Amino acid sequence: MLDAEFFRRWMTTTAETVEREADRLTELDSAIGDADHGSNLRRGFAAVTAVLEKDNPDTPGAVLTLAGRQLISTVGGASGPLYGTLLRSTGKALGDAAEVTREQLADALSAGVAAVGRLGGAAAGDKTMLDALLPAAESLSESFEAAAAAAETGALATVPLQARKGRASYLGERSMGHQDPGAASSALLIGALADVAS
Amino acid sequence: MRMLINVPETVVADALRGMAAAHPELNVDVENRVVVRRDAPAPGKVGLVSGGGSGHEPLHGGFVGPGMLAAACPGEVFTSPVPDQMVRAAAAVDSGEGVLFIVKNYTGDVLNFDMAAELAEDEGVRIAKVLVNDDVAVTDSLFTAGRRGTGATLFVEKLAGAAAEEGAPLERVEAIARRVNERARSFGVALSACTTPSKGSPTFDLPAGELELGVGIHGEPGRERRAMMTSREIADYSVNAVLEDLRPNGPVLALVNGMGATPLLELYGFNAEVQRVLAERDVSVARTLVGNYVTSLDMAGCSVTLCQVDEELLRLWDAPVKTPALRWGC
Repeated sequence: MLDAEFFRRWMTTTAETVEREADRLTELDSAIGDADHGSNLRRGFAAVTAVLEKDNPDTPGAVLTLAGRQLISTVGGASGPLYGTLLRSTGKALGDAAEVTREQLADALSAGVAAVGRLGGAAAGDKTMLDALLPAAESLSESFEAAAAAAETGALATVPLQARKGRASYLGERSMGHQDPGAASSALLIGALADVAS
Repeated sequence: MRMLINVPETVVADALRGMAAAHPELNVDVENRVVVRRDAPAPGKVGLVSGGGSGHEPLHGGFVGPGMLAAACPGEVFTSPVPDQMVRAAAAVDSGEGVLFIVKNYTGDVLNFDMAAELAEDEGVRIAKVLVNDDVAVTDSLFTAGRRGTGATLFVEKLAGAAAEEGAPLERVEAIARRVNERARSFGVALSACTTPSKGSPTFDLPAGELELGVGIHGEPGRERRAMMTSREIADYSVNAVLEDLRPNGPVLALVNGMGATPLLELYGFNAEVQRVLAERDVSVARTLVGNYVTSLDMAGCSVTLCQVDEELLRLWDAPVKTPALRWGC
């Protein structure tokens, strides 16, 4: 069973990973975006770590809901609302249970990913974070490791795609050949989940 | 990195502190990143709130003041502001007559303003929104984020701002903003890439001797890259691109805008060519504005925006405006 402490560590581990990988994310973003994805997410997850320490929410759902709200308030750009919605919707789907199973998290994550799709108006293959998150949510019912691997594979599979949503879509065919930075950071988020679980 | 900054993390806050010192007629909330006109909320008047990433100065903070914006929300460099800023701005400027959000068509701006509108309405502020999407370099389709919002933002903010200053109700101010957007089109050209503080090197690779036609205000590529052209050739290409889409049957406002690193000497020269093309195409120009208004940090280049006007819009254009970057008639 996964408790609030597990989810808090998921968020802080994500913050550490994003901190470590921020330059790579920004580099990916400079190819097809505006070169700030790493610094924006780093700022957001540092704020998440701080607010979780301060407020100390006591259920899995409350941890993710608070983290999502904090991202919306600090990140800006498209990734703030999208990541914020992902975590808030996942947290809300978990309800107020003190502990949840991996299967319950998988279902909740699917609900969160669906909310991201609705907000951004994107679908699989549009070269967005969904290309990592959709397969991850599906594979999470199998295992944490399978989810992390699916997210990583999904992120790498965005390389040849042409972007159809977000700022990268303005590049048209020139967006091909570059990994989507949102899919890359989503793979980090799911990777951190697997790290905490192992 | 040759930039006049301390560290990338404080660039926006530092700029706001400097802006506050230079413009005591504005309330600059550095901590919450909201720039508000000193007399807000102006009784009986609709409040115009705009915002977007920093790095496009004087957009938007430079357009706050009587006759234009009631408040602006600057985000991080090239990053949209967060909903909290917009909610705070809306609360600060709402006189009870409602607030118009002016949003450039970028995914981040749209999402954050949408969230802010919901939150502000929860707090009892009536919100209307207008989406600016004037860039003809982007072909719109169901499968893209749509046209970018660029130079027409200035026209929307000025003309709707003048209507609000006259005391027009929210529905009317919103309708004017939409009309301006529908009648305005832009096209931009980059002669060099820009450098964001957080990256410290050019955001895209534009070899010397080449230019990018149809560039966006964050350096997003446009239609094509070519060998360097003359001012005359660039004007022909840009104005024709706009006119292919706009097809005005009346006088226009013309904005010849610098991207940040192109001096006025070049912009005035370019404007001469723009006016020549417009004359050749029998388009009459009612008013012209030349300068750096919607910039992209240190990018060299320019954009042309045309907006077809009627008598009412021309009157609103000539109405007094008193902001740091746009000021006349007062």
